[in-house]
Amino acid sequence: MAEEKTGIIYGINGPVIYLKNAVGFKMSEMVYVGKQRLVGEVISLTTETTTIQVYEETGGMKPGELVYGTGDAISVTLGPGILNNIYDGIERPLAEIAKASGKYITRGVSVSSLDEEKKWDVKIKVKAGDSIRGGAIIAECQETPSILHRSMMTPLIKSAVVKSVQPDGQYTVKDPIVTVTLPDGSDRDLTLAQKWPIRIPRPSLSRYPASEPLVTGQRILDTLFPIARGGTAAIPGGFGTGKTMTQHSIAKFSNANVIIYIGCGERGNEMTEVLEDFSKLEDPQTGNKLMARTALIANTSNMPVAAREASIYTGITLAEYYRDMGYDVAIMADSTSRWAEALRELSGRMEEMPAEEGFPAYLASRLAAFYERAGQMQTLNNLEGSVSIIGAVSPQGGDFSEPVTMNTKRFVRCFWGLDKALAYARHYPAINWMESYSEYVGDLAPWYKEHVDQGFVNDRTQIVALLNSEDKLMETVKLIGSDVLPDDQKLTLEIARVIRLGFLQQNAFHPSDQNVPLKKQFLMMETILYLYQKARALVTQGHPMSILKEEDIFEKIIAIKYDVPNDKLEMFDDYKKKIDDFYNKVLEKNA
Amino acid sequence: MSIEYLGLSEINGPLVILEGVKGAAFDEIVSFKIDGKTKRLGRIIEDYEDKAVIQVFEGTDGMSLTNTHTTLTGKPMEIALSEDILGRTFDGIGRPIDGLGPIVSEDKVDVNGLPLNPCTREYPRNYINTGISAIDGLTTLIRGQKLPIFSGNGLPHNELAAQLVQQSSLGANSEEKFAVVFAAMGVKYDVAEFFRRTFEESGVSDHVTMFLNLANDPVVERLITPRVALTAAEYLAFEKGMHILVIMTDITSYCEAMREVSSSKGEIPSRKGYPGYLYSDLASLYERAGIVAGQPGSVTQIPILTMPNDDITHPIPDLTGYITEGQIVLDRNLFGQGIYPPISVLPSLSRLMKDGIGEGYTREDHQAVANQLFSSYAKVTDARSLASVIGEDELSDIDKKYLAFGTAFEKEFVGQGHLENRPVTETLDIGWKLLGILPKSELDRVDTKLLDKYYKPA
Repeated sequence: MAEEKTGIIYGINGPVIYLKNAVGFKMSEMVYVGKQRLVGEVISLTTETTTIQVYEETGGMKPGELVYGTGDAISVTLGPGILNNIYDGIERPLAEIAKASGKYITRGVSVSSLDEEKKWDVKIKVKAGDSIRGGAIIAECQETPSILHRSMMTPLIKSAVVKSVQPDGQYTVKDPIVTVTLPDGSDRDLTLAQKWPIRIPRPSLSRYPASEPLVTGQRILDTLFPIARGGTAAIPGGFGTGKTMTQHSIAKFSNANVIIYIGCGERGNEMTEVLEDFSKLEDPQTGNKLMARTALIANTSNMPVAAREASIYTGITLAEYYRDMGYDVAIMADSTSRWAEALRELSGRMEEMPAEEGFPAYLASRLAAFYERAGQMQTLNNLEGSVSIIGAVSPQGGDFSEPVTMNTKRFVRCFWGLDKALAYARHYPAINWMESYSEYVGDLAPWYKEHVDQGFVNDRTQIVALLNSEDKLMETVKLIGSDVLPDDQKLTLEIARVIRLGFLQQNAFHPSDQNVPLKKQFLMMETILYLYQKARALVTQGHPMSILKEEDIFEKIIAIKYDVPNDKLEMFDDYKKKIDDFYNKVLEKNA
Repeated sequence: MSIEYLGLSEINGPLVILEGVKGAAFDEIVSFKIDGKTKRLGRIIEDYEDKAVIQVFEGTDGMSLTNTHTTLTGKPMEIALSEDILGRTFDGIGRPIDGLGPIVSEDKVDVNGLPLNPCTREYPRNYINTGISAIDGLTTLIRGQKLPIFSGNGLPHNELAAQLVQQSSLGANSEEKFAVVFAAMGVKYDVAEFFRRTFEESGVSDHVTMFLNLANDPVVERLITPRVALTAAEYLAFEKGMHILVIMTDITSYCEAMREVSSSKGEIPSRKGYPGYLYSDLASLYERAGIVAGQPGSVTQIPILTMPNDDITHPIPDLTGYITEGQIVLDRNLFGQGIYPPISVLPSLSRLMKDGIGEGYTREDHQAVANQLFSSYAKVTDARSLASVIGEDELSDIDKKYLAFGTAFEKEFVGQGHLENRPVTETLDIGWKLLGILPKSELDRVDTKLLDKYYKPA
């Protein structure tokens, strides 16, 4: 180890501090600042000044105090114990902080990221003499009932030969379990855990094209605007439009193996809610508690702004680590706008030249670098894993033309735009179907055809077309009312209403409606389109809409989402019969 | 003893720069003595090896580069707290102004507060019955919530806040102690007086602590007022186990003070000249609401802000809405029609409502009625805009029913008396009565079972 470098604080401006003269720190180096040894990171170097952002409040600090270098980039510890845990933005477990400092988060609390006392039941997966490469799995332990943790040799070591291994048994994250000999002849002890710098993507062998959807159980997402495994999506919306609710639903019901939920500059009560709910609710895939597949990163809006900036990177690094074990990971980042604002605040304190609306010019490249860390990968150990990113965006004034939304749009392939008018009418999820899009529809079509039904993609196209026709017709209706429209257009409006209320709108609190399997989504579409087909036949034969609407068939179809439980899909046959009955009845009545 | 520095090297608006200072801490409070008489307080907001930028709370009038003596206190801004603060009135930085002498206490607390650990929070679930239909029924207030009132100049937000204080059964019919902390930032004397009188009339004034920074008081002092008030609130709630309702008015003045200081500092502005940290700064206030798991006591916040030009997309209401757990929006149009409280229900929202209502809290049908009222009232807007184009007579029957529903809803559900205290069941019953105006097939947000039980056509 190099000798510990130190510098002397010259100036303090909120979370940014300055050191006079170059003292030999590196960019992105983690440092300890002042008497309280607060965690900080070097963010800019000139021959005169070293600038450091501090991850904790700097009140009470004085010029003249010392800054200690660590020589390492700011890193997180990766190992068993991450899941079923809640961390702050730099991977300090909040429960441990609470033990150390009570109900408030005080400064300079030193806690380790992982439980160092807990003994894991470890199976060693390599033997002496094995030649292994970086990223190879060296041991396994059951981290939670849902997830088998695979400890790897850090990818920082390119290749090594196993010198000796410990027998299977009980080990903590600090115990050496495998000793390897590096190419230069030196020995290195490996443990269950490893460190990784948060700003550098973890390497993988290759990237696969999008081919499978991340099924969320939300109809408007799965059917209309699907996201692929390893895909990226943005949820922009003004306050109160339901960004957080949508993220909660995806975190609860999506078929990812691991969820990393980043509360970046959001409400404390919301994180408490996730923690309470997910500790009680069951994972629909495994039946275990949701927390068994979830790690929370909570850097609420009143916690230090520099740590908020780091929390996004901490989250994605944890996600990549689980991806490298061969899992499908989904990240909920709520909200990326707060992260961008943290960048702006720090940039402003450093007196950088601002670009649009005070945001720094590098906003776009930082966003791009973040979203590009998503993907379905072949990992270094030849497994397949993915990281999908779902980022909430909180545009100022709900205006999608602001810099964060605009730039995010460039780097994501799904855009789920939330709409104030829908939210006001309490139509949830308030995703505007005219404004949203998914570039994955084409990529995923073969999968839907094979795994759900041949007709799925065709039905989807028809539904989208109907909604588009409605949108055009509404322009006329707004001017002259719907009464004067011809009957076939009235029918289009009526069917579009059935689609909106019966299909797009989804009740997050109703047990049969909160999470809907793809098969049911398909059958619902089929039923609605069958109704459309039959009703159109009637209208073409000259039966007016007013007669058709005397029957309650439209309301019955809308109520399918509540009336047909997810495990009784055979009931859809009855609905087909009901539609036929309706058809015959109208014919007879008006014969 | 601490050193006294003579003179200043620069005065710029509310900021002064002191050079040659040694050992000053960031965020430390300093005291000034001007001409050997007047005392003022300031806070170090930028700190370098040999100079400090200090923000003077009472303003820099009368200060010169030579007549000022500065002393470092070595402490952040602190306030002495005990239960004796109840029934007392303080200025914007916590000094008594009611002539009853200083608060003597061992408990000196840093007003900046610390973030509550999300792990130690308890998710708020107990609803507060306010007796106001539009709030109880549609945007239910929950104990431990932060629910701002978005208002405009001339709208009756003060009356509404006063009615909330009088009617909120925040501890009524129970053993639990409650109190009100009132923070005024840059409000008119009349407004402060109105609240003082209301507290007196409703007999709660011995349970109220007031922090007043009036419109003609120093601007920079405003930046400390809500922090002092929230520190007092947290002390009463979490140390003394009381349920505290904090009313902060007017957040807009607070933000304007922040903008003023920021521009004096020469910071790079973001939207409309407000500093880039407006969000973080507001969050450091609003996030101080909540409940600590396993402890009695709670802090519920009702901040009031006047939207400049009634614009809800202005940075102040916008950023507030992103932090708070919903909002109550007042509407000039409804006010013009003589409806009180003029709550515009569509943009109003309570995020914590979903977990604090329904069976076991209010009534099983609460969520369903609320959803249906929102959804139906949203359609009223469409019908009205159509009527304004083609005339009411040309509307379809169903659209006419929506118009009738809309008018009745605004009059009977939203509108109520200044002193009327409606129980929540009555609120829900009025809701069902109004929904009776619409045919059953239009009620698409209610489960069929509830519909059969409660729906009665008018």
